[in-house]
Amino acid sequence: MTKHTLIALMEDKPGVLNRVASLFRRRSFNIASLTVGHSETPGISRMTVVVDADGAGIEQVEKQLYKLVNITKVSDVSHEPTVVRELALIKVHATAPTRAEIMQLVDIFRAKVVDVAAESLTIEITGPEDKVDSLVQLLRPFGIKELVRTGRVAMVRGSNGQATQLAN
Amino acid sequence: MKLNGARIVWESLVREGVEVVFGISGGTVIHLYHALPEYPIHHVLMRHEQAAAHAADGYARATGTVGVCMATSGPGATNLVTGIATAYMDSSPMVAITGQVATPFIGKDAFQEVDITGITLPITKHNYLVTDINELAMTIKEAFYIARTGRPGPVLIDIAKDVQAAEVEYEEPSDVSLPGYQTVLVGNPRQIKQAAHLVNRAENPLILAGHGVILAGAEAELRQLAEKAQIPVVTTLLGISTLPETHPLCLGMGGMHGEAYANKALQQADLIIALGSRFDDRLTGPVNTFLPRAKIIHVDIDPAEIGKNMRCDLPIVGDVGNVLQALLPMVEATSHPDWLEQINEWRRESASRDILSQETDELIPQYVVRQIWHATDGQAIMVSDVGQNQMWEAQYFLHNRPRGLLSSGGLGTMGFALPAAIGAQMGHPNQMVWATVGDGGLQMTIQELATVIQEKLPLKIAVLNNGYLGMVRQWQQIFFEGRYSGTPLLGPDFAKVAEAYGISGLKVTEKAQVVPAIEQAIEIDGPALIDFRIVQEENVYPMVAPGTAIHEMIRRPQPT
Repeated sequence: MTKHTLIALMEDKPGVLNRVASLFRRRSFNIASLTVGHSETPGISRMTVVVDADGAGIEQVEKQLYKLVNITKVSDVSHEPTVVRELALIKVHATAPTRAEIMQLVDIFRAKVVDVAAESLTIEITGPEDKVDSLVQLLRPFGIKELVRTGRVAMVRGSNGQATQLAN
Repeated sequence: MKLNGARIVWESLVREGVEVVFGISGGTVIHLYHALPEYPIHHVLMRHEQAAAHAADGYARATGTVGVCMATSGPGATNLVTGIATAYMDSSPMVAITGQVATPFIGKDAFQEVDITGITLPITKHNYLVTDINELAMTIKEAFYIARTGRPGPVLIDIAKDVQAAEVEYEEPSDVSLPGYQTVLVGNPRQIKQAAHLVNRAENPLILAGHGVILAGAEAELRQLAEKAQIPVVTTLLGISTLPETHPLCLGMGGMHGEAYANKALQQADLIIALGSRFDDRLTGPVNTFLPRAKIIHVDIDPAEIGKNMRCDLPIVGDVGNVLQALLPMVEATSHPDWLEQINEWRRESASRDILSQETDELIPQYVVRQIWHATDGQAIMVSDVGQNQMWEAQYFLHNRPRGLLSSGGLGTMGFALPAAIGAQMGHPNQMVWATVGDGGLQMTIQELATVIQEKLPLKIAVLNNGYLGMVRQWQQIFFEGRYSGTPLLGPDFAKVAEAYGISGLKVTEKAQVVPAIEQAIEIDGPALIDFRIVQEENVYPMVAPGTAIHEMIRRPQPT
């Protein structure tokens, strides 16, 4: 089983996300992460979903997604050159003796401190998942109080738009 | 023209060509029912919403047009669920219309509110909740379009009560535009050419004909292909009647209770041309033991079916009829004498084991089914229930009429036969429709006898009554130490029950009474029910034990 990144475009209508979630549950597809937001086209949402599956499995995921009437396009971009990003907010326990050390890590990872409190720092980091994973590992010994990750978003490199085909 | 929502619904149904709707009224569809008498649509009042869905399904399967059922919100809607799931599993075109509580009450746990679009999400091809009257007409048009095109299936439209009451200027909606819904009808020419190459080279080719052949109306093309290249045809349960079963190239049904020679042919074939079949587990057994020698050409209109259950060497996505039309000119006329003779040898061996070739005075179900076949000249529309009766019907009625067998294959819904037969009879008022049903299944929807009589339908009902939930009893006998737990079944005197509803009821307890009773039922001008008190512990043979390959069949014990 390997991780595949799918990008799906779908009509922005009530219940569409529910249809996708229901499909994944019913067919026992494993979602590693799923994000949805607006795309460049009004009325069309864009979903990035990371799925754990083998070759035949990922083909089924794609085909079953296509069967949903509100899904207009599905692409497996796992084997294409892509820009892949995830955003995480990490609230880490920080006191006077540890604060400087944490700030150093933040610098090395080109992350940002977005909130400071008496006993904590909140850090924003953007990057591929493994970069986020590394920072989280390094911060864990200080005591992570709260963590939120968006899951992967992805875009194929180059000048062609994902929706080009759709518009044609 | 200013219309309220209820009238827009009926207006739209009339424009879609709907003539019959199966349903039950209720609080949130009262506007719909109020407007109904103004439109040329016949409403069949069922006695349970599950039966309304099965009837719409039966109508769709018998006629090839979209069946329509209707129910109120809450329990009315949830009662449809089994029937919708049945239609979904068997790709039957259906539109289900439900009432919903008025929009201000949605989400408030109002009286008879249920989230039916949420509930039916995984068992509909698509569904809609309409809360804006301006979207109503287009929604109905889309629903019918989705239900009948591509791989057909049920679509549910949930309409809020206040939308039914609201008025709007009605205009016929423009053409359907669904960017996310595309159907590939024409197969890829290169793949079809490759398919022809494989067919022309094969020594032991076999066609596996599924429900997709019927849904595509491709019976003629199937027959041409089979005859031109002398390729024998095995059908799935729902593929029965794609080729007349008395045709020399038709081997009948394969799979768990398939003919032994059909299963042997599947396992010995070097090429399988699968047409509109989704390789259900009751056909294949363990997939790694199925079709061990064959290259597989899989033709299906639904790309997701290719590779889902079974490996595939050459996929062709498209409408079976279109694909076969393109394929036929490239297929060489040939014959496979050795292959056909091998199959005929297996056939003769099976025939010698057949229970009908053995002398018995017992009232066996196989004899009953075969006699109905004789009496109806094989031309009746047969609607079977689920279980042993379904398999005996499939094995012993030789269907020669296209769309001649309606059966719940995928979901295996007991209680299907009677209401689905009502639907079939509504679609074909002048043709003979028989429901064959066990005593267990009949008792699940027996209330529909009232519908039969209210609609004055000339339906014939054959009850294969063995006092058991027979298929489960058979499994218990063979695989579960003969412990008949939860399977002995007390039933009423079905002939008397029928009489109480005003239906002619006959009871048959001896073999000699079978033919006269069937003839009498046919002669009766109106509905008739025959209660056949068959041998209680008769089994369906051959059978394949779960988890074993389909050629390793449990055969009927040879007579001593």
